[in-house]
Amino acid sequence: MSSDTPDTSDLPEDTDVADDEPEANDSAVEEAAKRVPSGVPLRVEGLVKQFGGVTAVDGASFEVERGSLTGLIGPNGAGKSTTFNCITGVHEATAGNIYFKNEDITGMEPYQIAQKGLVRTFQIARELGGMSVLENLMLAPKNQIGESAIRSVTPGLRGGVIEEEAEIRERAWETLEFFEIEHLATENAENLSGGQRKLLEMARALMTDPEMVLLDEPLAGVNPTLEEKLLDRIHRLREDDYTFLLVEHDMNVIMNNCEHVIVMHQGNVLAEGTGEEIRNDERVIEAYLGEDV
Amino acid sequence: MTDRETGANTPDPTPDGGTDPTPDGDEDGGEPESATGAVIDALRENDLGLVITTLLLVYAGATLLTFTDGLNSVFGLMRTLTFLGLVYALSALALNLHWGYTGLFNIGVAGFMAVGVYTMGIVVRSPDPAFGPPGFGLPLPVGIIAGMAAAALIGLLAALPALRLKADYLAIVTLGLSEIIRLTLQSSAFDTFLRDTIGVGTGGGRGMGMPSNPVRELFLVDGRAGDPTAFGELVFGTVGEGGLGIANNIVVGWGYVLVLAVFLVGFYVLLERLGHSPFGRNLKAIREDELVADSLGKNVDLIKIKVFMIGCALMGLAGILWFGSQGNVSPTPQFMPLLTFYVFVAVIIGGSGSNTGSVIGGIVFAAVLFEGPRRAGSAVRGIIDAPTPQSFADAVVSLDPVAFLAFATDNVAPLQFIFLGLVLILIMHRRPDGLLGDRIETASAVDLSERSRGGDHDE
Repeated sequence: MSSDTPDTSDLPEDTDVADDEPEANDSAVEEAAKRVPSGVPLRVEGLVKQFGGVTAVDGASFEVERGSLTGLIGPNGAGKSTTFNCITGVHEATAGNIYFKNEDITGMEPYQIAQKGLVRTFQIARELGGMSVLENLMLAPKNQIGESAIRSVTPGLRGGVIEEEAEIRERAWETLEFFEIEHLATENAENLSGGQRKLLEMARALMTDPEMVLLDEPLAGVNPTLEEKLLDRIHRLREDDYTFLLVEHDMNVIMNNCEHVIVMHQGNVLAEGTGEEIRNDERVIEAYLGEDV
Repeated sequence: MTDRETGANTPDPTPDGGTDPTPDGDEDGGEPESATGAVIDALRENDLGLVITTLLLVYAGATLLTFTDGLNSVFGLMRTLTFLGLVYALSALALNLHWGYTGLFNIGVAGFMAVGVYTMGIVVRSPDPAFGPPGFGLPLPVGIIAGMAAAALIGLLAALPALRLKADYLAIVTLGLSEIIRLTLQSSAFDTFLRDTIGVGTGGGRGMGMPSNPVRELFLVDGRAGDPTAFGELVFGTVGEGGLGIANNIVVGWGYVLVLAVFLVGFYVLLERLGHSPFGRNLKAIREDELVADSLGKNVDLIKIKVFMIGCALMGLAGILWFGSQGNVSPTPQFMPLLTFYVFVAVIIGGSGSNTGSVIGGIVFAAVLFEGPRRAGSAVRGIIDAPTPQSFADAVVSLDPVAFLAFATDNVAPLQFIFLGLVLILIMHRRPDGLLGDRIETASAVDLSERSRGGDHDE
C-alpha cells in the first residue's frame, strides 16, 4: 500500500526519506501508479520548504489515490499546513515537485491550481463575511461567462449572463440543501456560527466542481453533531468520485474515516498505511501518540 | 427542521455571540433584481426618488439663501450646486468602483482626472491656436475617448507594480503618481519638450484653454453671446430673457447640467451592471478576502488590473466633464490631492459600496459641505451691518457676538474645514457605513432572495 516515491535523482533529501521508509522500495506500486496516471491525482515528490533558516517541510513525498479519503496527520509543527500551502500554491516550494493529474503544478499560482480542479478549504474558515451565503457559493463556479466585464454590461450579451446566473443560483441552492444550510442562504456569512462557516467553506469548494478537495482541519472547532454531519457528507461525496486529502489533528477522526493515512513528523513523511497499520507503528506512537499518552 | 439545526449549532465551541441565524429573506426584499434597466429599478425602489428628494432639499436651501436677490440668483445658485453635485457624484461613482466594490485604496483620483482632461485638451485643441499650447486638432469625441484611454493606461502603469502590494502601498503609489502627474503638467520643461518633439503642449503652469463646449454651441452660434441659434432662440424665448426672464448664460449652464445628468445615468447603469454580475461578485470577494478568491480559481491580479483601468477611465471622463467645461485648466489649484480627498468624503458620506449612495454623497457633499457654507456665510454677512474685526483676537476681545459673527462669516473658508471635519466625525460615529452603506448590494445578475428559475429576464 505504500505510495512513497523516492525520486533520488534530483534531491538528496529523498535519500533520507527512503531510509526512513521501510516500504519505500516497493517500486512495483510506484510503477503501477505511473502507468495509470488517473489513479493518482496528487503526487508530492521530495517537497522542501524553508522559511529563512527554518525547514518546515524537509523532503516529504506521498501520493493520494483517486477516490480515496486520505488523512494527513502529525504533531504540531510537523509541516502539514505548510505542505498544504505548497500544494495549493500559497507558498512556493523551496525544492521538490508536485504533480496533479500527472501535470507538474509546482510553482503555479493558487488560482491556476484551483482551475485545474484541486481546491482547498482553510484551517480557520475564511468565509467572505460581507457577502451572503448564496453569494459565497455563487462566486465559486469556474469560468462563468459573466466574469467578463464586457459581457456583464453589454445589452445583447447580458441575457446570457442572466441565464447562467439562474443556473448557478439553482446549483448553489442544491449544494446548500446537501449541506442542510439552505435556511441560511440570504444570511450574511459573517453572521454564521463557526461550524456553519466550515460547512459553507466546503460547500463553496464543491461549487468549483473540483476533482480533489484539500480539507485543512475541517473539524476543528466543530461540535460533535456537526462533525458527524460533515464526515457523512465527505463520505457521500467520495462515492461520487471526489478525492479528499484531510489534514486533521484528531487521531481518532482520521483512524475511523480514512482508509489511507500519512503521518508527518519534523517535515518528513514518517509512516504511511491503513489506520490499523499506523496505530501499531511504533515510530508513530513514539513521535505522535507518545506526546498525548 | 431548520430551527433544530440552528439550535444544534448554538452550543458550538465557537459561538458567535448570540447572533442566532434565522431565515431572513425579507432583508433582500428591496434589492435590485437585476441591473438591467437599472433606472427603472431605481425608480421602483425609490432610489431615483431619494436622489430627487435630496436635490429638492438642496434647491429649497438655495432658494432660501437667494430668493431676495431675484430669479437669476436662485437659478444661478441652483445651477452651480447641481453642477458640482453631479460632477462630484460622477467622480464618487468611479471611485466607488475602486474603493467601495474592490477595496482598492486609490488616492490618486485627481491625477487620473488631470490625465483625462489634459489628454482631451491636447487632442482637441487647434494645431495653430491664437494663444496657448497647440494640439492635434481632432474632433471632440476622439479627444474624450483618448482622455479616457490615457487615464486607463496610466492606471495600468500604476496598477502593474502596485496591485501586488498591500492596500496601503497602493495608496502611497497612487498618491505619489497623482502628484507626479500634477507637477509634470505644471513643468514648463515638459511643455517645451512636448512642443519640440510632437508639436503639442500642456501650457505648463499657465494651464490650457479648453475646447469650446458643444452644449454652448447648441444654444449660441460659435459660442458667442448674443448670437443664438434657432434652438437657442426657442429656449431663450420660453425660459430665458425673452420668456421667464432667466439670464441666457444661466440657461446655457442648465443645458450642460442636463448633459451631465445623462452621463450620470450612464455611469450609474454601467456600474450597477458591473456590480450585479459575476464580475462584481469577484470584486466583492477580492475586497473581502483576496486569498479566498485566489484559492477558488480567480485570477485576482488580472481582475484588479481590469477594474483599476475601468475606474481610471471613468475618472478621466469625470475629469473631462468637470474641468473640460471650465474654460481653462491649470494643474495646481485644480488637481491638488485635496480634490481626491473631497471625492473620498463624498463616497464616505454616501456609503461606500452603494452606487446610489455615491450619487447622494456627491450631491450632499457639494451642496452642504463644499459650496453651501460659502454661500450661507456670504448671505449671513450681507445681513450683518457691522465692520469685520481685523483678526480672530480682535473678534474675541470685542465680546460682541455680532462682530464675531461678522468675522466668522467673512472667513468661511477655514471654518469650512472645521465643519467638514465635524461632519466626518459625526458620520463615522453615528453612521460608519455612510448614508446608504448599510444597504445590501447583492452581487448577482439575478434575485437571490427567491429561488424561482428564469423569472428575471428583463433584458
